[in-house]
Amino acid sequence: MTRMITFSQAINEALQLAMRKDENVILMGEDVAGGAEVDHLQDEEAWGGVMGVTAGLVQEFGRDRILDTPISEAGYIGAAVTTAATGMRPVAELMFNDFIGSCLDEVMNQGAKLRYMFGGKAKVPLTIRTMHGAGFRAAAQHSQSLYGMFTAIPGIKVVVPSTPYDAKGLLLAAIEDDDPVVFFEDKTLYNVKGEVPEGYYTIPLGQGEIKRPGSDLTIVGIGKQVQTALTAAEQLVKKGIEAEVVDPRSLSPLDESIILDSIMKTNRLIIVDEANPRCSIATDISAMAADKGFDYLDAPIKMITAPHCPVPFSPALEDIYLPTPDKILKVVSEMIEDDSIVKL
Amino acid sequence: MKISEEMVQGITSEKAKWMYQKMCEIRMFEDRVHELFGQGLLPGFIHLYAGEEAVAVGVCAHLDDKDSITSTHRGHGHCIAKGCELDGMMAELYGKATGLCNGKGGSMHIADVEKGMLGANGIVGGGFPLATGAGLTAKLKKTGAVAVCFFGDGAGNHGTFHEGINLAAIWNLPVVFVAENNGYAEATPFEYASSCTNIADRAEAYNIPGEVVDGKDVTAVFDAAQRAVERARKGEGPSLIECKTYRNYGHFEGDAQKYKTSEDKKSHVEELDALKTFRDYLIRQELVTEVDLDEMERSVKEAVEKSVKFAEESPLPTAADLTKDVYVSYETPERGEQ
Ligand SMILES: Cc1ncc(C[n+]2csc(CCOP(=O)(O)OP(=O)(O)O)c2C)c(N)n1
Ligand SMILES: [Mg+2]
Repeated sequence: MTRMITFSQAINEALQLAMRKDENVILMGEDVAGGAEVDHLQDEEAWGGVMGVTAGLVQEFGRDRILDTPISEAGYIGAAVTTAATGMRPVAELMFNDFIGSCLDEVMNQGAKLRYMFGGKAKVPLTIRTMHGAGFRAAAQHSQSLYGMFTAIPGIKVVVPSTPYDAKGLLLAAIEDDDPVVFFEDKTLYNVKGEVPEGYYTIPLGQGEIKRPGSDLTIVGIGKQVQTALTAAEQLVKKGIEAEVVDPRSLSPLDESIILDSIMKTNRLIIVDEANPRCSIATDISAMAADKGFDYLDAPIKMITAPHCPVPFSPALEDIYLPTPDKILKVVSEMIEDDSIVKL
Repeated sequence: MKISEEMVQGITSEKAKWMYQKMCEIRMFEDRVHELFGQGLLPGFIHLYAGEEAVAVGVCAHLDDKDSITSTHRGHGHCIAKGCELDGMMAELYGKATGLCNGKGGSMHIADVEKGMLGANGIVGGGFPLATGAGLTAKLKKTGAVAVCFFGDGAGNHGTFHEGINLAAIWNLPVVFVAENNGYAEATPFEYASSCTNIADRAEAYNIPGEVVDGKDVTAVFDAAQRAVERARKGEGPSLIECKTYRNYGHFEGDAQKYKTSEDKKSHVEELDALKTFRDYLIRQELVTEVDLDEMERSVKEAVEKSVKFAEESPLPTAADLTKDVYVSYETPERGEQ
């Protein structure tokens, strides 16, 4: 049965199903249960994660499988690499992706490379769930979108869901996957609702989805920016322009053909990504499209991204930092040389 | 409360007034921020320092503008104790252009380098090496300055604790590491997360002095910090002070705090309150008169209200500010039209 639940509930449900299915699946992270060894709480959780995403799981699975950790990212993320390599299937939470600074070695030099360095004789079925995204007034060290950085590292898979349905299916696929996967959750999406089936299902990593078909131009959105693209696409309809919105869903592996097939049809490509623009997933997709789809293109590829600056705190600045439907309309109008579009 | 029955060396009448004033500023600022946040007027994450005033004030009482401090996500108290202006602080929390960081940082990155306040920090454990670096400058330039690292009990479990303190110890740097052990890191108790009875016990491993003090007693903090700061200024190296304390509010605004017991909460907020006990001490020791204390409280309340008004009336930053100050200089040659 399908019903409307939030992005956060979809993730919670995926974790619950994965833990029921496989006893090797454990969760670890700061306050993923909360209130460890607080007598009066007994098994009732204090927090269930800083945003409540893992709430309720400790009651069902107990503290042996839901491990609250000290603020020791290098310690527990590093440990998760080898619990994975030695027979467990851990889901470690890195509360904010910005905190990767505290444990990059464990992810980049250990987890990502073990298998290759050992000649294929190890596997690291580790999932790292982490929060990203601006728009929460959380300032420069709690708002970044660092999936591009992980995508650049061979040995790591990277997933960025944009809907509750995708979040559940992709998280279950990530946990089933035998390689390290970093699973990005946009903090501003947690309360967004969508249709999600009740049971266990997976969405293959590396398979994008057309979120809206169209024939006039292709807009690739990353994570929450899929929604920005969809909003812009609705407004473009009034001008008789049909935009196709493509959601790659995972960035590594990247579904190149869904993007190339789309631009083969539309001949125009815009990439909307809220991460910083240099050496980013936006430049990566642009390069791929220019390399493999140059002949399909009738206009230069355009990227709508954050500027080359950290995320500002002030709402007045953060709002202009992020991509918006208006910014997309402006670029489309330049691309199609019709000024009336911006005024829609 | 075992706040010193005797006069504490160094707490002169003038010093005492400064200390009580700063403690009031912190308490009233935080209580007001709590209200403003509740009314939906402040964006973002806010972590309040109320309850822990004695730590920041007892330590900063020994510092001046040339000394540096590194702070935490719970940074308003450190700012105030280090001399930051309330107007600029409040404006920063509102994200206004007149804020201490021009609205770029907010509560979690509030800073005032001219006052030696090297920033609140969004990264737990971020402060250890940063304080060590400021201590290195002081040593190399022979400024006589010290650097103080305030950190939480949770931060003590981050790897940077070891690296920062060990480095300061082998280089004999003028740094004071001040643990604010309020019993919890978010909802995780210190006892669960730390395999030590006291954070200060770890000092022994670095061959530096370590001391546990009642962090609700500003005279006790003052006393311990006096020794540590003097030692640092004399070139004898770093120290570690652990202040046992309690945060009156939740981890951040909106935390239901189910992990706390109501008895603890009641006793800390009502009986062991750091302001109340210091006030009693000052009257008992005849260091400040009740009339003066009342007058100070009144004027601080006014100053806090003034800061709110200042913040509310201040302009927001504008689009041109967005990409300003990423670098000191950064030239991208414009490509001419062809
Ligand atoms: C590297 C890092 N990990 C996790 C967090 C999330 N976080 C913010 S504050 C906090 C608890 C800090 O506890 P403590 O050091 O005891 O300071 P307190 O909040 O009690 O003042 C955590 C886990 C963070 N900001 N940075
Ligand atoms: Mg604490």
